[in-house]
Amino acid sequence: MTVNSMGRARAEGRGMLEIKNLTVSIENKVILDNLSLTVNAGEVAAIMGPNGSGKSTLAYVLAGKPAYEVVSGEILLDGNNLLELEPNERALNGLFLAFQYPTEIPGVAAMTFLKAALNAQRRARGESDLTTPDFMRRVRESAQALKIDQEMLRRPLNVGFSGGEKKRFEVLQMALLTPRLSVLDETDSGLDIDALRVVAEGVNALRDSKRAFVVITHYQRLLDYIKPDVVHVMAKGRIVATGGPELALELERNGYRDYAEEAA
Amino acid sequence: MAAVQETVDRVRSIEVDAYKYGFVSPIQSDMAPKGLNEDTVRFISEKKGEPEWLLEWRLEAFRRWQTMEEPKWARVNHPPINYQEIYYFAAPKSGPAPKSLDEVDPELLRTYAKLGIPLVEQEILAGVEKPRVAVDAVFDSVSIATTFKAELAKAGVIFCSFSEAVRNHPELVRRYLGTVVPRTDNFYATLNSAVFSDGSFVYVPPGVRCPMELSTYFRINERNTGQFERTLIIADRGAYVSYLEGCTAPKRDENQLHAAVVELITLDDAEIKYSTVQNWYPGDSQGRGGIYNFVTKRGDCRGARSKISWTQVETGSAITWKYPSCILRGESSRGEFYSIAISNGYQQVDSGTKMIHLGRNTTSRIISKGVAAGKSQNTYRGQVSVHRLATGARNFTNCDSLLIGRECGAHTVPYIEAKNASAVIEHEATTSKVSEEQMFYCLQRGLSAEEATALIVNGFVRDVLQQLPMEFAVEAQKLISISLEGSVG
Repeated sequence: MTVNSMGRARAEGRGMLEIKNLTVSIENKVILDNLSLTVNAGEVAAIMGPNGSGKSTLAYVLAGKPAYEVVSGEILLDGNNLLELEPNERALNGLFLAFQYPTEIPGVAAMTFLKAALNAQRRARGESDLTTPDFMRRVRESAQALKIDQEMLRRPLNVGFSGGEKKRFEVLQMALLTPRLSVLDETDSGLDIDALRVVAEGVNALRDSKRAFVVITHYQRLLDYIKPDVVHVMAKGRIVATGGPELALELERNGYRDYAEEAA
Repeated sequence: MAAVQETVDRVRSIEVDAYKYGFVSPIQSDMAPKGLNEDTVRFISEKKGEPEWLLEWRLEAFRRWQTMEEPKWARVNHPPINYQEIYYFAAPKSGPAPKSLDEVDPELLRTYAKLGIPLVEQEILAGVEKPRVAVDAVFDSVSIATTFKAELAKAGVIFCSFSEAVRNHPELVRRYLGTVVPRTDNFYATLNSAVFSDGSFVYVPPGVRCPMELSTYFRINERNTGQFERTLIIADRGAYVSYLEGCTAPKRDENQLHAAVVELITLDDAEIKYSTVQNWYPGDSQGRGGIYNFVTKRGDCRGARSKISWTQVETGSAITWKYPSCILRGESSRGEFYSIAISNGYQQVDSGTKMIHLGRNTTSRIISKGVAAGKSQNTYRGQVSVHRLATGARNFTNCDSLLIGRECGAHTVPYIEAKNASAVIEHEATTSKVSEEQMFYCLQRGLSAEEATALIVNGFVRDVLQQLPMEFAVEAQKLISISLEGSVG
């Protein structure tokens, strides 16, 4: 399916992201087990769950990482079947994944990478490449808000970046690429409280009625800064509870034990 | 980034297998009879109107060559070469040698224009100072034009075809020819010594910094023809010159032999920077055709504090057998080797360098980046040797290999020997793959697999690209992406 044929058509009464009965395995081991989930436009959905519950797998499968086998089920983004698209086509259709462990690419300046990504997305939308001054201006504005200095952007992508720098650079890319659906995979891990605040503010600044966020986290802490509309609890590869922000606080008090047992 | 993008666009615009320089020019040639014997050698020498001493020099090389065998130690495979099935001399048929650019066959000028090498001496536009490059264009066996000669002559720099140097500067040729790569050096160099046709000659007098980049552009056009050029560059005391060679050939089903010899000589405090962008036809996607590039390149840092620097970007040829080397004779002299060797399809590369430390406090640096894709085999073979009197010698070597896909191979074969206990030799080597993680990360941001590969590879070779003269670095970057086309499944 081409990018253009996707269009922006929203199916009536459906969420922006619809995951239906998704079962995924890796090396014959089932990781996601008949999982269903809906995320609406304008929504911030938190997905919480213990280690090994399949949260990161869900993020990777949404983005189309190889090595995962989708056994059954479907994933619709704006009514279109994501599973038929290559990873880059998914990105060009507005899906962004903020990685838990961003990859190093030696020799490629972070700035160079940003420009390549931004222009790839602009071309897919039928827009012309940005001029260098225009590009630099946009980067400077977004970088400033995230307390990223220009020197860091001249360094090779993620090489020698601190944990905080890596996560801030993920959010910078998200800000510049303006995705409609952003999946943040444990963006809080490895961050001190100041970095966490900066990253959260970066995410909050992007919230609007047309975009949606899936915030995957192990701890409630991040949700103090990014207020979710919905909280889903994941255990053993499926969503076992859904509620409002109070659900996250309850988990903070009682832990995941109840849910882990329920799923078993 | 602009360059990477441009490359990717260019990659898209050409079909798989389309080697951009694969056209043949309809130019009539004056050729030696096929095959090799003493008469062939005499024919070539006579065609060039050479003095007796040079004919004798060639004949001795030929006699020696008949007793030699092809080297077998390289990690390359090819069917036996029948040296009697090759034409050893092909010259574009024309009247007397052109005296100026205006007299050069327009078809030849068109060929070079098509290759992106304008053989014109552009006027500098008012206020726009573009870097200028003097070009010597070698077509099959002869040099057809050399630009900016008059201007170079003002600085005292001699830049001309080898044949012309034999006529006009015999004393220089005689003094230096074969003093770095002796006639008996190896099978291919000795063959070259017997039948070399043309090439470039450069002499930079004492204390002169050559006012512009010099460049030779080699083009093989004729069928079944070998190219055996010979280049000799001398930087006299305190002189400096930067020289670049480029090469292409038409697409042909048969393999063609290119056996060149390059000799560099630096006297006290002199420096030569020699850059190569090698883009001979690599053969088709099935491994048919392509150039056998069996080349001997060596520099002699004869004077104290002199420096020779080799930079090469190797993307073409079916087989590359090539080891640009430095003999560090002068005290505190320095040798450098920066290499990017990219192989795809069925290409075979066996390339590297030799740093021979003879003088005291000599230093050398080797940075080699090999990128293997497709079904290609890519070998770095390098020697660092510190002799008994080379007290204080230092070498640093870094060889990195990058693999793309599962069917290619990368090999590193270093030879290190030190006969002086004060020597400090460092060797680093890594082999890595373009990882699935890196690819996925790029794809997730919207880059295509081709764009992602180009980006990652350009990052991998960045240190070496930076060694190239600016205007060629951009060209090389494009070339790298083009040669990796089709490497991502």
